[in-house]
Amino acid sequence: MQAWFARHAQTFVGSLGRVVQHPLAALMTMAVIGVALALPLLLNVFLQNSRTATANWNQVFDISVYLDKKPGGARVQALAKQLRGRTDVAAVRVITADEALVQFRSTSGFGTALDALRDNPLPDTVVVTPTLLASNPRGTDILKNAIAAMPDVQTVQIDSEWVARLTAMLGILRRIIWLTGALLGVGVVLVVGNTIRLDILNRRAEIEVMKLVGATDGFARRPFLYSGVWYGLGGGLLAVLLVATAVASLAKPVERLAGLYGSPLRLNGLGFGWGAAVVGVSIGLGWLGSWLAATRHIRGIEPR
Amino acid sequence: MIRFDQVHKRYANGREALAGVSFAIEDGEMAFLTGHSGAGKSSILKLIALIERPTRGQVFVGNQNTAGIRPRGIPQFRRQIGVVFQDHKLLLDRPIADNVALPLIIAGTPTREIDKRVRAALDQVGLLGKEKSRPLELSAGEQQRVGIARAIVGKPKLLIADEPTGNLDPDLALETMRLFKRFNEVGVTVVIATHDVHLIDQCGARRIVLGDGRLAAPSCAAL
Repeated sequence: MQAWFARHAQTFVGSLGRVVQHPLAALMTMAVIGVALALPLLLNVFLQNSRTATANWNQVFDISVYLDKKPGGARVQALAKQLRGRTDVAAVRVITADEALVQFRSTSGFGTALDALRDNPLPDTVVVTPTLLASNPRGTDILKNAIAAMPDVQTVQIDSEWVARLTAMLGILRRIIWLTGALLGVGVVLVVGNTIRLDILNRRAEIEVMKLVGATDGFARRPFLYSGVWYGLGGGLLAVLLVATAVASLAKPVERLAGLYGSPLRLNGLGFGWGAAVVGVSIGLGWLGSWLAATRHIRGIEPR
Repeated sequence: MIRFDQVHKRYANGREALAGVSFAIEDGEMAFLTGHSGAGKSSILKLIALIERPTRGQVFVGNQNTAGIRPRGIPQFRRQIGVVFQDHKLLLDRPIADNVALPLIIAGTPTREIDKRVRAALDQVGLLGKEKSRPLELSAGEQQRVGIARAIVGKPKLLIADEPTGNLDPDLALETMRLFKRFNEVGVTVVIATHDVHLIDQCGARRIVLGDGRLAAPSCAAL
């Protein structure tokens, strides 16, 4: 058993020697792996930071309730009273059509155009602020439906709808990143497999000799599997390095942008856990690629 | 140790290398396979080492019918046989010690044991002290002896050699044959394929003469 471990350790280190024998070729393979893995990782870093940012925004949103034309002041006040009675409503503010017109006239610059109209085109509006407890997609949905069912209500609009859309878009982006990652992962397996295949063809004579003196396919395959592990390790570390460099170069501009919005938002990098996971996955892909290539091609090499 | 029973061998290209060959080599015997090139010497050695399989007939090695050995069993089978090649088949990028140690590493021998046995094997072929050299730093004769050391390091009961003196001058060839004889004297069965008739006469061992894939003459009567 001890001998077995010693042999594996020796082969492991020996295969590193073989990988660095052709430093340029080895670096090229590792660079391909590194770039292939860095691309989805960078997108993922971007996504994670976007989610953090939108999570901060997703707090309390007012619900604007636009009423039918001219229900009359008493009915508007009755509606407001009814709304104030609900447990999921924190505050209700009534903006009458006249008030709205005054405000609109002063802020929009359409004063003269409005003068041309005979009637006030604006409806009475009630702005409802839900309680913190009800400020979640489900809670606001219930409240929205309840309001929409009330008499005289024309339209109910939640100002958070754009956040919901953004969240949905980020969900799609997340899916795209996973698909890209999966495709590039397959690419990594193929790249390592091809490198190992060429390595095996170059060492055909050596493999024949090994088989002649009684080596099993597994024995002949072992150094190639370790080569694949080294390629994966190098590629994974390179990918983490690339992402770290990209994040570092983006950190300042993002901070400046966040500062302009008065947000304390800061760009988060991969972190240790993700970095370790990436290297681990990369090693796994390298091993898989070399296993596929070595198993297939070593079986075909028989002494003649 | 070895028994061929009506063995035919036809290669994929249609060439018939062996046409009904039967012979037996006893435990501890030393025998030469001779005949002009293409007579089937190499085919016989390949059938013994399971590099090839017979088209018809049966090959027994160490009382085992080789037809019963599945591909998965071939590595284990080969570890019991020492094979010497005309072109040495050394790993040129590894030191001599690694080359000789290869069969032991493959068999999973403990490291300390390997060092001991590699030195013993190199001592037997007169190359002690060359452990760290690379194959190409050695002469042709020395390279051949590295190949022999690798073949015997696993202490096989059977040693087969394909034209082991093919690239050597007469003095070196004789020396190499003496080496094989010494292994034979300690009980190893030795089978050597060679066309060097002159050399065989000097060695005085049994001959199995092949011609066109058949035994050309009764092996003993030829002497």
